[in-house]
Amino acid sequence: MAYLDINHVVRKFGGLVAVNDITVGIEQGEIFGLIGPNGSGKTTLFNAINHYYPPNSGEIVFKGMPITHKSTHEICQLGIGRTFQVVKPLRRMTVLENVMTGAFLRTGSATEARDKALEVLDFCELMQRKDMLGKDLPIADKKRLEIARSLAGEPKLMLLDEAAAGLNPREIDAVMAVVRKIRDSGITCFVVEHVMKFILGISDRMMCINFGSEIARGTPKEIASHPEVIKAYLGEEYAKGK
Amino acid sequence: MAEIKTMAKKSWFLPAILGIVLVAIPPFVGGYIQHVFILIMMWITMATAWNLLGGYCGQVSFGHAVFFGLGAYGGGLLYLHWDISPWCGMITGPLLAIIIGIPIGLICFRLRGPYFALALLALGETFRIVFTNWVSVLGGACGVVSSRTWGAEKLPYYYIALAIAALSIYVVYRLMHSKLGYYFVSIREDQDAAEALGIPTTRYKMYALIPSAGFTGLAGAIYMNYMAYIDPEVVFNLAGVSIMMILVVMIGGAGTLWGPVLGATIFIILSEVLRAVVDPIVGLPVSYLIFMVLACLLIMFLPDGIIGDWGKIKRAFTRKKPAYLGGE
Amino acid sequence: MALFGQTFITGILIGGIYAIIAIGMTLIMGVMKIINLAHGALMMVGMYVCVVLFASLGLHPYLSMIPAMIILFGIGYALQKYSIDRVFRIETILPESQVLLTLALGLGITEIIRLIFTSDYQCTYTPFSAKCFYAGGMSISQPYLVGFIIAMAFVAGLHIFLSRTDLGHSVMATAQDRDAATYMGVNAGRITNFTFGLGTALAAAGGAILLPIYYVFPDVWHPYLAKAFIITILGGMGSTVGALSGGLLLGVAESFGATYWSPGYRDVVGLIIFLLVLLFLPGGLKKVIGR
Repeated sequence: MAYLDINHVVRKFGGLVAVNDITVGIEQGEIFGLIGPNGSGKTTLFNAINHYYPPNSGEIVFKGMPITHKSTHEICQLGIGRTFQVVKPLRRMTVLENVMTGAFLRTGSATEARDKALEVLDFCELMQRKDMLGKDLPIADKKRLEIARSLAGEPKLMLLDEAAAGLNPREIDAVMAVVRKIRDSGITCFVVEHVMKFILGISDRMMCINFGSEIARGTPKEIASHPEVIKAYLGEEYAKGK
Repeated sequence: MAEIKTMAKKSWFLPAILGIVLVAIPPFVGGYIQHVFILIMMWITMATAWNLLGGYCGQVSFGHAVFFGLGAYGGGLLYLHWDISPWCGMITGPLLAIIIGIPIGLICFRLRGPYFALALLALGETFRIVFTNWVSVLGGACGVVSSRTWGAEKLPYYYIALAIAALSIYVVYRLMHSKLGYYFVSIREDQDAAEALGIPTTRYKMYALIPSAGFTGLAGAIYMNYMAYIDPEVVFNLAGVSIMMILVVMIGGAGTLWGPVLGATIFIILSEVLRAVVDPIVGLPVSYLIFMVLACLLIMFLPDGIIGDWGKIKRAFTRKKPAYLGGE
Repeated sequence: MALFGQTFITGILIGGIYAIIAIGMTLIMGVMKIINLAHGALMMVGMYVCVVLFASLGLHPYLSMIPAMIILFGIGYALQKYSIDRVFRIETILPESQVLLTLALGLGITEIIRLIFTSDYQCTYTPFSAKCFYAGGMSISQPYLVGFIIAMAFVAGLHIFLSRTDLGHSVMATAQDRDAATYMGVNAGRITNFTFGLGTALAAAGGAILLPIYYVFPDVWHPYLAKAFIITILGGMGSTVGALSGGLLLGVAESFGATYWSPGYRDVVGLIIFLLVLLFLPGGLKKVIGR
């Protein structure tokens, strides 16, 4: 039994099958990477785990407990944190208040939440921004805020949805460092990403999907040279050429 | 959220002075001024209550008259059917508002934005029509008439209204500085993000609705006792109660603690001035029209209210060029 | 049996008239994504224009409908351009400020009319107003029937306009995706102003049709605004067919409510349908109810 078990999950939108019978197990303490072309179903899979768009069929089991039919906030309380592809800062709250909101998951006291939030801000290197309003942050810090806010709730598993999208190379290195820190502190990470440098550099194991179905699985090295993956991203000729 | 901190830090000095004035002055002014003070206190309560659910939690209700009316009828019905003093309505009124409010919330909170607003509007109108037509149980269009406990004496009503207003502000203050406050604002800012942070949004919306309905109901109850007459057209009124509550909060600034207080004060004083001074001069009942025009201008130019758009107001008067291009 | 038939037919006829009142609102809502609560008041202004023309020139509302529509088109266009557009895209703490503005505008306009015309009831009484058809034991009011026919003509005309003309296509495009339409060369701002004017003109038409049946006073619009909104939600924003079916459905439901329950509760029928639809109807309304 893996830490997070995704068993034969299917998610349809009307006639379109966005996630087509995906089965994968995420082991505790690893960084698992998920890639695939646009529209392949990556974010939909996250949405299914998170219960935003619950699976039509299939099962999701976390630490041995089925969570397929639990609500989004319950899933978070059980220890699965999530960041969003399109960042969702709490715009009219300061960075500190944003993270405190995440911290309140584990405490009812404002002082404790504040202390926890400051700790997390330090961990994510966002301290200098702590009094800025969420809406005034540059994109890289908004992404970092997403992570910090989720971290404040002390998750055991984090779903990171395109945490590196839209960042420049230096910012990408910074995010990679943060994610490694998160894993080193004992949190399992399930990462969805397009930026190859990021995901190939950080994952322990990876999976590639296209049109909702799995097309390859293995270590980053195996994935990078897998003909199906190359075909999906670059087209038939490149796959044959390689 | 940042405004709360600055407002609190700006010291309780000014409000303290104000508090002393409010307690000490009224015995020395005439009956009309006392009446105005009572109205102000009532509207402060209503505005503060609405602001908790609408301004802080982001659930904009166009039908809060439901709670006001239920609060009023909570006492009124007791008197109508069993000759019980409407003062019991101070308990039963808010209780009734909360009891009815809970299913309303549970059903309507799944609606977002304007659809929630309009569902509440429809509910408000439904209550008004039902209370107007169901004569046997609810008194119908004739309403309920009781007698004033202290005759023409207004002062006791004032102090009660003042205490209720102060209590409502205090409760909102404590709520907003606790975990609930942070959760309310996060629901307002981004409900999906809030859910992903482990917040059961419907439950916390209820935690905002209950005090909101309760205090609005309390205002209704004091209205019943003070006026000694209520009817459905007045207490369940869409434009006069539901919409006015929103406008009052908007004048001062939604999502701030003192915004509703400022808004209520301006609203009452303005409407009295318009009614008593401008109408006789013009010879026509233009006060309501002027009020609507001002409301339109307010929404167009100062949508975050006096406190919320204070920066805008300051800039308009100092005529400084903005520090950056591109407007607000 | 005759009572049932009469109730049903009356419901259909009045439903068609409701539809034409609602269709302007659903159009505006489709393009601007805001709820226009001034719609009812603007309809009322259209009715007063007809009343004035009737009193001074003896024009029957079915004729004075045309100038009323033109005048209301202008008023709507101006309101949108100079007032509503300002709050259209501003980010504020209370996102519902747009809706609130339209309501305040509606209430303000009502006050202006009240000052000019007082709260007295006014009507345009012609011998035609009281005539009825008799068929199979049922009596069908002529103004209802003629009004229904005119309303259907407008609905058909609007449908053709939206689906067959360039301007109509621009309106639909702006409704579906404002930015995409702009990139295709549609002047979204001008289309929005135009649509608001058009919707308002249609409200005026609805008011003119209503005039021979009913009477007018400054607050007459309250229940009709509610009905227009209910129909808009029932039928789906921006859909002419939806507005028509929603209108007919509401008309019939109300008619049965008035006949078999109680006339006083007529308007409650609509409100209850509204709440039920908001809460339980899937399909196009899923967008409304959260994710």
